[in-house]
Amino acid sequence: MTKTVTFIKRNPGFAVCLILVLAVLTVAVFAPLLATYDPYEAVLADAVQAPSAEHWFGTDRMGRDLYSRVLYGARISLTAALSLVCIVMAVGTFLGILSGYFGGILDAAVMRIADMMVSFPGMVLAIAVAGILGANIRNAVIAISVVSWTKYARLARSLALKIRSRDYIAAARVTGSRTSHILWRYVLPGVLPTILITGATDIGSMMLELAGLSFLGFGAQAPTAEWGLMLNEGRAYLTAAPWLMVFPGLAIFITVAVFNLLGDSLRDVLDPGRS
Amino acid sequence: MRKRDLPKRLLQMAVVLFGISFITFCLMYLAPGDPVQAMYAASGTIPSEQILEQTRENLGLNEPFLTQYFNWLTACLHGDFGTSYAYSRPVAELILSRLWPTLKLALTSLALMMIVALPLGILSAVRKGKVSDFIVRIFSFLGVSLPNFWVGLMLLYVFAVCLGLLPVVSDGQGFGKIILPAVTLAFAMVGKYTRQVRTAVLEELGQDYVTGARCRGIRESTILWRHVMPNAVLPLITMLGLSFGSLLGGTAVVEVIFSYPGLGNLAVDAIRSMDYSLIQGYVLWIALIYMVINLLVDLSYRYLDPRLKEGNR
Repeated sequence: MTKTVTFIKRNPGFAVCLILVLAVLTVAVFAPLLATYDPYEAVLADAVQAPSAEHWFGTDRMGRDLYSRVLYGARISLTAALSLVCIVMAVGTFLGILSGYFGGILDAAVMRIADMMVSFPGMVLAIAVAGILGANIRNAVIAISVVSWTKYARLARSLALKIRSRDYIAAARVTGSRTSHILWRYVLPGVLPTILITGATDIGSMMLELAGLSFLGFGAQAPTAEWGLMLNEGRAYLTAAPWLMVFPGLAIFITVAVFNLLGDSLRDVLDPGRS
Repeated sequence: MRKRDLPKRLLQMAVVLFGISFITFCLMYLAPGDPVQAMYAASGTIPSEQILEQTRENLGLNEPFLTQYFNWLTACLHGDFGTSYAYSRPVAELILSRLWPTLKLALTSLALMMIVALPLGILSAVRKGKVSDFIVRIFSFLGVSLPNFWVGLMLLYVFAVCLGLLPVVSDGQGFGKIILPAVTLAFAMVGKYTRQVRTAVLEELGQDYVTGARCRGIRESTILWRHVMPNAVLPLITMLGLSFGSLLGGTAVVEVIFSYPGLGNLAVDAIRSMDYSLIQGYVLWIALIYMVINLLVDLSYRYLDPRLKEGNR
């Protein structure tokens, strides 16, 4: 406990960001308790109402309560963005470590694919992949993973290359450790911190990309309460019902901002030399 | 980049293009949904199974995968990217007709961004104080955290709906109609570039030649504009090249919001209507343009940075 207190005293910025992120997570987890209405219950008689005491953020064209929908939207955006970052980190680290440690054909193949991705605007391919696989939130996650894993693979590879030539790896080899053991116990722990920091700083931008895909109609599908999709639906009511755009957009902004702050402060805490 | 690296670079580009063409073709091939059925659906007829089969045969869709790919690739190399069935026009022609509006949009937003980012970045580097640093940090934070489609929608609401200054739907004609989409795109980049300009100028200001110039009593403004800026601008050019490329591909969301008749809008429509040859053509074209721009940027270094001229290194 005293350890935690000193840690917080030393890194007040990080503690604040962590609390903010926890708050956002709490909203997502306890959305059913915080919501005032069922986010999917359409009451057509109440369609497109301005914010009021009854409907805090107003209602959409189906008469659904926008406040409840925005709260539930946190669940989808967070789940999608976090799983996206996890997938990309796992795939990238795995391939990066293997190609860095073993080299050879695997290395050449992985790096050529990575080159290809770098010399090409990723969003175009993501839109194409999402559109072709069929529009839903899972395919949007897959589409963005396909174009983003290479960044992590490059990073993991360069770190693995450095670690491979260290003495403790040679020592492990001489004493007869199995390769899988070396990779798992000695290489991975050396690679992981940098990968995690990069992952944490990327959560925000991944969320934006997912929301962008949903906004274009290549992500979440109606009637899902997803922020990008809600903005897309509200777009037609720009003149008559601006609140349909304001609140989901604010929700995206706040969530992304909070995660960006956390990523930056995490980098300051774990890697003070670099910033 | 040196002149003798050029062939190698061109070869690399060819390999990357080949890879991208293969990947996109694979994707289209594996995609669920029947393009032939979609094609007839677009023209409003419900064909019999026999007609479907006949059309597939005519379009060569019954051939083995690799044969199809090489047929398509050879046609592409001859400049024939196929015909878009949704528009019933050649893909190359469609893309070229949309290329100019998107180029115009990308260039305008880059120019707008530089107009804001350069002075702001220089200012915050020269007066490395609290206020300017604060402004830069706010801009860059907003730039990375605000969804650009939301910024676009809010701008649309404020300027087009509330103030009635600009048209809600932009047809890409005239200056007024390009402003909002360009501002939206520029907004996200301003933070990144201000920070970049600041770092570049600060780095150059710390060089020995600056100290030397100061010792010789040269005025601060002369040092800044004559000596520091030419050096500080160089790394920005690479970034601008990259941004230009991703703007060409990444304007889709903004183009959709403002109904701007550019490439991005075309691509989104193509994907919605499963217009396969158009999607393939689009992906290849964007990749090609992106790589050519980056090549040109690298080549321009030889002229902009005398240190890289052949023989000196």
